[in-house]
Amino acid sequence: MLDFLQRLGRNALLSLGSLGRAGIFLVGSLLGAPRMKGLPLLLKQLYSVGVLSLVIIVVSGLFIGMVLGLQGYNILVDYGSEQAIGQMIALTLVRELGPVVTALLFAGRAGSALTAEIGLMKATEQLSSLEMMGVDPLRQIIAPRLLAGFIAMPMLAMIFSVVGVWGGKMVGVEWLGVYEGSFWSNMQASVDFSDDILNGIIKSIVFGVVCTWIAVFQGYDSVPTSEGISSATTKTVVYSSLAVLGLDFILTAVMFGDF
Amino acid sequence: MRIRTLEISVGAFIVAGIGALFLLALEVSGLSLSPTQDTYKLYAEFTDVGGLRVRGKVSLSGVTIGRVNSISLDPKSSKAVVEMDIDADVNYLSSDSVAVISTAGLLGEKYINVSIGGDEEALKEGDFFYSTQGALNLEKLISDFATSK
Repeated sequence: MLDFLQRLGRNALLSLGSLGRAGIFLVGSLLGAPRMKGLPLLLKQLYSVGVLSLVIIVVSGLFIGMVLGLQGYNILVDYGSEQAIGQMIALTLVRELGPVVTALLFAGRAGSALTAEIGLMKATEQLSSLEMMGVDPLRQIIAPRLLAGFIAMPMLAMIFSVVGVWGGKMVGVEWLGVYEGSFWSNMQASVDFSDDILNGIIKSIVFGVVCTWIAVFQGYDSVPTSEGISSATTKTVVYSSLAVLGLDFILTAVMFGDF
Repeated sequence: MRIRTLEISVGAFIVAGIGALFLLALEVSGLSLSPTQDTYKLYAEFTDVGGLRVRGKVSLSGVTIGRVNSISLDPKSSKAVVEMDIDADVNYLSSDSVAVISTAGLLGEKYINVSIGGDEEALKEGDFFYSTQGALNLEKLISDFATSK
């Protein structure tokens, strides 16, 4: 019994400790961020986090939009309201699937790479040699990666939604023959800029911060062995996915719930 | 030269992201770039607003002329007070107009339909509708029908 209590207490202290370290780490690297000298570093990270993630985002957005169009048509046609397909596709993508699926893909594509890269830098003592040379690794290595993730994620989510709507239009209008005019007018009548699109963007910003923060911190805090790096990468993907799905419920409840 | 292609691709990425925002705003949500129209507020008291929502539309002869801004309860009369924003260029609603809660289609959303009266005087900012007609409650209708012989 006492053993169990002790184990529980130790685990609680450990996770509280790592939460605290993560907080200090985030503040420390962001305070050192805004330097004009760091701009090339930020650009390079934006390239590897943002541009290189574009392909997977565009392809999955296209297919998810097409599946939504197909499924939505099959359900709505029974009620003779297949014109509502545009509104269904747009609302699902903008409110939920855009931010959430992009964040999940982002965690798998970019987050794991960030963790592994920083973990390996730590294992090969590149971080500590930077420190020896008087360069702050938080400012040189961590801050550009964090900022790049914060910027790239909302952009990717918006691109995802646009491509998805286009994919849904291809299936619904070009293939299944829904009238194009009612497709767009139903969509525009039901999607509100501030209530739907801005809330979706806020969601994707939150997810971007959480995913990048988890990824970079897991790499920085990893045990510097090959085993440690592999478990840190796994943790990044698992924690990011769980955090995104959990936060999504809370954000949806706050934004769209009727209280 | 490699730096140059990298910077160009990041620039294109940023442009694509911002372009996506514009597409979402203009094509998907139908936001118009023209400044938002001036509106004035009208109020109406209902005994039953069943199903009417904030952001629901207010229409005159089927044309949307405004939207529901808030729905609250008047503690004195315990009736529902609906506050509406009406477009400023619709300034000819006569003061004996009636606000009716109607349904779009059989199961569609509830909206306020204004049926116009004949009075010369027009409703102004802050006025209450002279007469209203609440939501048609199907269950109540059926139970009235069933209990009255």
